[in-house]
Amino acid sequence: MNEQQSLWDFMRQQSGKLAEQTVQHIGLTFISLFIAVLIGLPLGVFISRRKQFSGPVLGVAGILQTIPSIALLGFMIPVLGIGAKPAIAALLLYALLPIIRNTFTGITGVDAAVKEAAVAMGMSKWQVLKKVELPLAMPVIFAGVRTATVITVGVATLASYIAAGGLGEFIFGGISLNNTNMILAGAIPAALLAILFDFLLSRLQLLNLKKLKTATKMLPLLLILLSSFYWLPSAYGSKLKAGFTPEFMGRRDGNLGLQSKYGLRIRTVVISDAVMYKAAYEKQLDVISGYSTDGRLRAYNLVVLKDDKGIFPPYYAAPIIRESSLKKFALLENVLNLLAGKINDSTMTALNYQTDYLHQSPEKVAKDFLVSQKLLRPAQNGNEGVVRIGSKIFGEQYILANIYSMLIKGYSNYDVATKTGLGGTKICFDALTNDQIDLYPEYTGTGLLAILQPSVKVIDSVSASSKATYNYVKDGFEKKYNIKWLKPIGFNNAYALMMRREQAKKLNIKTISNLKRYLDNR
Amino acid sequence: MIKVEQLCKHFGKVKAVEGISFEVEEHENLILLGTSGCGKTTTLKMINRLIEPTSGKIFIDGKNILEQQPEVLRRGIGYVLQNNGLFPHYTVAENIAIVPQLLKWDKKRIEKRIIELLEKLHLSTRLLGAYPGELSGGQQQRVGLARALIADPAVLLMDEPFGALDNVTRSKIHAEFKALDELKRKTIIMVTHDVQEAFELGDRICIMDKGRIVQMGTPSELLFNPADDFVSGFLKEHKLQLELRSVQMHNIWQWLAIQPAKMGPGIPAETNVWAGMELFKFNQEDFINITHKETHEVKSASFEQLMSAFYQYKKQQAHE
Repeated sequence: MNEQQSLWDFMRQQSGKLAEQTVQHIGLTFISLFIAVLIGLPLGVFISRRKQFSGPVLGVAGILQTIPSIALLGFMIPVLGIGAKPAIAALLLYALLPIIRNTFTGITGVDAAVKEAAVAMGMSKWQVLKKVELPLAMPVIFAGVRTATVITVGVATLASYIAAGGLGEFIFGGISLNNTNMILAGAIPAALLAILFDFLLSRLQLLNLKKLKTATKMLPLLLILLSSFYWLPSAYGSKLKAGFTPEFMGRRDGNLGLQSKYGLRIRTVVISDAVMYKAAYEKQLDVISGYSTDGRLRAYNLVVLKDDKGIFPPYYAAPIIRESSLKKFALLENVLNLLAGKINDSTMTALNYQTDYLHQSPEKVAKDFLVSQKLLRPAQNGNEGVVRIGSKIFGEQYILANIYSMLIKGYSNYDVATKTGLGGTKICFDALTNDQIDLYPEYTGTGLLAILQPSVKVIDSVSASSKATYNYVKDGFEKKYNIKWLKPIGFNNAYALMMRREQAKKLNIKTISNLKRYLDNR
Repeated sequence: MIKVEQLCKHFGKVKAVEGISFEVEEHENLILLGTSGCGKTTTLKMINRLIEPTSGKIFIDGKNILEQQPEVLRRGIGYVLQNNGLFPHYTVAENIAIVPQLLKWDKKRIEKRIIELLEKLHLSTRLLGAYPGELSGGQQQRVGLARALIADPAVLLMDEPFGALDNVTRSKIHAEFKALDELKRKTIIMVTHDVQEAFELGDRICIMDKGRIVQMGTPSELLFNPADDFVSGFLKEHKLQLELRSVQMHNIWQWLAIQPAKMGPGIPAETNVWAGMELFKFNQEDFINITHKETHEVKSASFEQLMSAFYQYKKQQAHE
């Protein structure tokens, strides 16, 4: 794709998708907020009446707030599956604390003399609440709703991890694809939404002082209206449902290629690869975009559909390293090449299976592997400089980083510092070019499509053969970045479409063309 | 009209009110007087059930209020608070209209009644659209009083109603309070810690200490026949002034000499001695002429003669 494309061009080009994601984002935010108000407001009133419950309720809401958002979303999947439901549930849990706390604070803060006067005048408990306590607490409650809104707009970006849509699709897709415009196309509207909603609510609050009664009635109406923005993406209504990662969605060798080369039309949701395999196993999804060496392929009994038209370019893994580091650590190239050709697809899948599914530590898996290959040597505890190894944020990269670390320590006098879990390609590669790490394992396909990004013609010509791809990225990296590709490790961790084994068998689908035919014969 | 029998209120181990009994006649103004923590406010709040008694009975018009629905009971009792308790989010008109709205009066009736009350309380109708925060302390207190009076309840409970006002505003409101016809047909129980206020406004005063009634009686009964050292100690600081205020000209009538009227202002025999003395001080008079209401007899007295009559009255009281 065109590197010089501006943010504005990108947003215009993707305006349909951008609008859809924005609408989903608004919808998600307000459904969650609406339910959070429905739950939080009565709960806040309740604990202001029965103060002995205020500690426990606020405590639990506070604990919910401290759970990392992604973890909370993860907890929701076994209970509520994927899609809008778990996302809304998680978002509303985040919105609860400020709403409950501000309702409680607001109501307990109402002047005791005013409350006493209301009771002495002969108002019932309900009348005191409705006519005195809630209106007087409203500014504080509103402040809580505003806080909750801003939090929810922010956290809702993570909803794209579990196929609930929203602006997170662009943000996380952009991070995976090393596409700054895409990140900004998601991040800027999300930030604007937060600012806009906060502003609008503040206006509503000002209005509130004078036309209190109407404003109080308008708030739920407004929330319902905005909530109705959200609907589940059901573009093609096919029999099977696919879940693709944000990265896969935006790639020519991903969903775009499936559409243009195979003409595949399938109902698609965007989902994080962390939960995708499990969702397929639990029949929430039928087709997913996995990696061919992923351990979960084996764990969840999934089968790879053959890419009979060859749209997925080869993704052979090899360490990439700064030229300056090679000069600094003279022995390093030979040590790293000890691993060349040692791991094939099935070996890698097995190693991944041990970490991803059997939950063994990458360190143990790496050590066991080196022992089995008779490559392990005791560490020399050398002090001739420190080699910094990076890795992306998934199991396979952790294993490779550990293997390289052990090899370097055993075969040289260098010490090693690992910086694992560096997010996606963009983060890892930026760390390398900025001299924050010396090397990390990269894949030829990623180097070609995500980093070098040559013209479509070049891509089509080189990606047909694994050798051509390797040579192209090797030359390109050396010229452009002074970074060297060492010898490939052996396995090809390419994109692949996967299905549950028994379903694929039942429907007699072995290749992607089979899948297309099945979808078209409705 | 109001009858309290063996009323107790315990907050845990603290005995806030401990077995008190009293009666208030119709159209009487009873003052509960005492230091803070003596149980006077707790007693007051039990009468409209803002606080539920631990034991004891309260009757209003012969009906046991503890058997009535609290909301209905409260709509029939006016309540005025120290810090007025006006709703800050309601206008003056809305604040005053709270009880009639609970009683579902029609709009016109409410409006008419509000205008009537504002006039009596010397409040401008221009204030109707204002919020309590925009009013002065005195105005707020008047609006609070209007709110309590609007549904014309037979009983009015007042919890230190003038406590938050400065002295000048307070004495002005005291004068209006005494002159207000609406209040003359009400049975009022008022709580205060201000001795002068109690003597100025009360028909009878009930002095409380540590949850019990120490003495109950008219102002002069308390002054001239204090039940014990606590009562006399409590009143000591203001004693002379209170005495002069609580004695009226007809009380000392017999000690005033009969002599022909001299030059000087005429006052009725219901005037208290303090007010008579003020005429000497502020008007530089030598004599005042006092007219007896029933006999239409007129006696005139100099300052010295007035004082001498007062002390003779006092001496006689002490011997009784």
